[in-house]
Parts: sequence; structure tokens; C-alpha cells
Amino acid sequence: MSYAVQQLGYAFGVRDVTFELPATGVVTIAGPNGAGKSTLLGILSGLRAPYSGTCTYENREIREWPRRKLAEKVAYVPQSIQVEFPFTAEEVVLMGRTPRGGGWFESPDDRAAMQHAMSITDTHTFRARDFRALSGGERQRVVLAAALAQEPRTLLLDEPANHLDLRHQLDLYRLLARLGRGMLVVAVTHDLNLALQFSDRVLLLDQGTVRGDGPPGKVLNPPLIDEVFGVRANLLTGPQGRQFVTYDA
Amino acid sequence: MRNVTRSVLLSALVLLVVAGLAPVVGSTSISLPGAFAGQSPDHEIFFYARLPRVILAIIGGAALSLTGILFQCMLRDALAEPYTLGVSSGASVGAVFAISLGFSATGVASLVGAGLVLLVVLGMALDGRRLSSFTLLLTGVTMNSVCFAVILFLHSVSSFTQSFAISRWLMGGLEAVPYSTLGWLAAIVLPVCAAVIWLAPQWNLLSVGEEWARTRGISTMRLMGFGFVAGSILTGLVTSLTGPIGFVGLIVPHALRLRLGADHRVLMPCSVLLGGAFLVVCDTLSRTLLAPVEIPVGVLTAMCGGPFFLWLLKSKRRSLWI
Repeated sequence: MSYAVQQLGYAFGVRDVTFELPATGVVTIAGPNGAGKSTLLGILSGLRAPYSGTCTYENREIREWPRRKLAEKVAYVPQSIQVEFPFTAEEVVLMGRTPRGGGWFESPDDRAAMQHAMSITDTHTFRARDFRALSGGERQRVVLAAALAQEPRTLLLDEPANHLDLRHQLDLYRLLARLGRGMLVVAVTHDLNLALQFSDRVLLLDQGTVRGDGPPGKVLNPPLIDEVFGVRANLLTGPQGRQFVTYDA
Repeated sequence: MRNVTRSVLLSALVLLVVAGLAPVVGSTSISLPGAFAGQSPDHEIFFYARLPRVILAIIGGAALSLTGILFQCMLRDALAEPYTLGVSSGASVGAVFAISLGFSATGVASLVGAGLVLLVVLGMALDGRRLSSFTLLLTGVTMNSVCFAVILFLHSVSSFTQSFAISRWLMGGLEAVPYSTLGWLAAIVLPVCAAVIWLAPQWNLLSVGEEWARTRGISTMRLMGFGFVAGSILTGLVTSLTGPIGFVGLIVPHALRLRLGADHRVLMPCSVLLGGAFLVVCDTLSRTLLAPVEIPVGVLTAMCGGPFFLWLLKSKRRSLWI
């Protein structure tokens, strides 16, 4: 087990949320705008305090974790970052090594981790380019590479597929599914089909509370989708037995 | 690593050459062997008029350009600088206050003035996630006007001799100060600069984002606190001795970023060295351009820095409204 959350509350965003997460697997947090998805992810990453209730990671309350120790285990991928200064993509990824190495100069280990992270996110081709000059999707992947260079046990992502085109969305989720075999991946998403296809478990939030928690095929049923999102949905089964959602216009 | 060493060595070389040439140049030509042999007046001109001034310019330029980077990191904006944020003006208020009360500790008063203004600016910045350049510059403009008003007030109520001292100080410009003063200035400024540079890897993360730094194990509040103290000390002490000198912290870091990139491990040490060299060059020009008349060095840097700032503002305009 990684996270254990009980009766968690935060200002206006989250109330009375309870769940436990395993040490590996892909968990998506879905829900409409303002459901508290990003807030919840913020609490899990240690960015948002003070919360009420309990939220432990490896049996230790999040707020009691020393920042650096937590950063050795949990990496956070924000929706987007805005960089003012001309850092190269490679420099951005190397920053992920901060909680690991911590030396003034990067070690060979740091460089190896950076190279590995950049090759699996398919970012090594523009490693020397100015981060600000990259496209939205390229930036997103560089930020993911920075999180992977951190060599975490848990990866938290806030709408990682937001700026990506179709191919890169699929590539990203395939990568997350692969990573999920060895670590816990928690991703906030709007896209119910990506959630259906790639996650082991869906946490459906609405107005700060948990409305559904379980395997995606069970949680994302048409009546609940209608109730939470206010749209009529149909759950269909595709040619390879894969489920997907369509919405009535 | 090789990149860092090479750039720093090169910058140090430039500083050495500039610092070596500057004391020889001036309205009166002197002979160097004569100066070292104790020949009058060459000895006096070299050791008591020019050398202390060059040393003050090195320390001042180094401190101001490093403070520029520091503020740019903390506020994540390339337009931040002691002068544009009003921190230099805060230091001026402190110094003028001390002069008009007949205090001798102008340095301490400047430091407090700089700290107060910086507190206001950071207070504005801490409120939101990221301050837009627009808000930042307006805050700076406002702080500058407020400080200017306070200075005018202090000036108006001061006696004739104090008033003269105040105007002379406000004009800025480097003067030959006693070696003992340079000694304590260096003893405080250099360790503070070293400490700031030591934290360069952390400034890298902070300059990308506060959450970015926090989720990578950095206690950003502590780092910001340190930056606040260091920035106040550097701006306050230097300004108390040189008067307000603007735009050094804007020009030097920006030019170096174009060449060296944004990595603070290279940028910070090179800015310290080349910032020193830059102010020495400016001061030498201010002594020699219209010799025997001297242009205050603050006037010179503002005349080059102002247009540069506008150009930077224009190239940034698209992101100004976010």
C-alpha cells in the first residue's frame, strides 16, 4: 500500500474523501471541472496543506514527511510549466535529479538517469533545445521525463495528455501502463476513454467527494456518468473486447 | 562541469584585465613604475584616487548584477532588478534618512530601507501563483514614487549642509573611499555572494517555479527568506556607498543569459565577475568621456540601461498580459 486517505478535506475543494491506493498500478482520477481532482493530487504530492482528516504515504502522514524524503519517492507532473529563462530540455530534466544527487555538479548517475528518462519519453532528439521554444506536447513530455529522472515509486500526473496529439496521447498512456507495473501511477484526466483503456482503477470525483471507486468498466457506467457529468453516455464494446464510451450529442 | 570552469575562468580573466587597465586610464596620465616607487603625485593618484574607486566598482558591480539574478529568480521575471523594483530607492531613503539625522551608519539604514521595499514587492508576489510582469513593474514604479516622495520630504526639512550632502549622495557615482571602508564592504559582500552562488542548483529550480522546486525537495520558504536577506544586504550596503546605480542587474545577467544559457551555476559566478568588470568600464568612461568633468556613473548606466530595458520590455510584451 502507498497512500491511505481517510475523511480527507481541503478548504472548499475536497470533502470526506476516503480511499487506499496500492503500491503499483495505474489509477485515474476522473470527474468534471471543479470536482477537486487537481486539489486531491496536490494534497497527495504534499503541495497543499493544511488538509483535514488523514492522508498517509507509506504509513506516514504527508505533512510530516520531510520534503526531500518525499521527493525521493513521489514525483509530481504539473499540467504545464511556464519557464521564463532559457533552460534547455536536458537541463529541465536534470533538475529532476535534485532530491537524488544533490551535488553541485551532476554525477554520472544523474546523467544516466536523465538519458534513460529522455529516451523512454522520446525527448532526446530535442535535448539541447530551449525549453520555451518547444511545442506544448514536447514540453509535457520533457516535464514527464524530469519526473522520471527523479526515479520515484509513485508518479502523480495532472492531466498529462492535455496538450498531446492523438499519437502522443496513446504513447503516453501506453508508457504509463508500462510504468504502472513497477510503480504507482496516479493520473488526473478528463478523457474517460483513456481511463477505460489504460487504468486498473478509476476514482470518480464530483464536487469534492468520491462518487465511484473501482475497475474502470464498473465505475464508468452510463447512469453514473449521466449523474456526474450531466451527459447521456453509452458504454460500447469494441472489436477486441475493449470498452469505450460514446456520448449523445 | 568543463563548461562552468571555462566560462568562469574566462570571466575572471576579463575582470583582471579591466581592473588592471582602469586605474592607469584617466584625465591625468600617470606612470605605473613611478606610482609603485612612491613618486608624487603618481603614487597618490594611483593608490588613493583611482585604485579604491576601481575596487568599489568591482564590488558594487558584482553585488548589483548578482542581486539582479537573485530577484529575477525569486520573481521569475527577467525584468526584475534592484532599480526597477524600487529596492535601490528604498536603500536611498534609508541613506538619506541617516544623513538628515546625522547618523553615521548609512549602510545599516540603507539595508533596512532596501529590505522594507523588497518585503512589499515579495508580499505582492507571494499572494498569487505567478506575478505578471505588469503587476511587478507597477509595484516597482509605485515603490519608486513613494520613495522619491519620502526623499523629497526629508530633503525639504533638512538643514543647508545636510541638504548639500543629500544631493551629492543622490547623484550617485563612485568616489574614492578609504581602504578600511572597502575592507568591511568586501568582508560582508563577498561571503554573501559566495553563499548565493553556493545555492545555484536550488535557484535553478526556483527560477522554473515554486511548486517545481517544492516537489523536488526544496524548502522554498527558507530559500526565499535567504534570498530576501541577501538581496537586502547587497543592495543596501552597495547603494549606501555608491548612491543609486540602475540597470547593472538587468544588463549583465541578460547579456550573459544569451551567451551562457540559464544555468545559475555558470550564470551567477560569471555575473559576479563580469558585473564587476562592467561597472569598472562604466566608471572609467564616466571619468574620461568628458574629462575633466565627471558624469555620475548612475547617470551613465541609466542612459544605456533605459533603452535596453524598453527593448526587453517590447520583446516580452506578448507575455506581459498573462
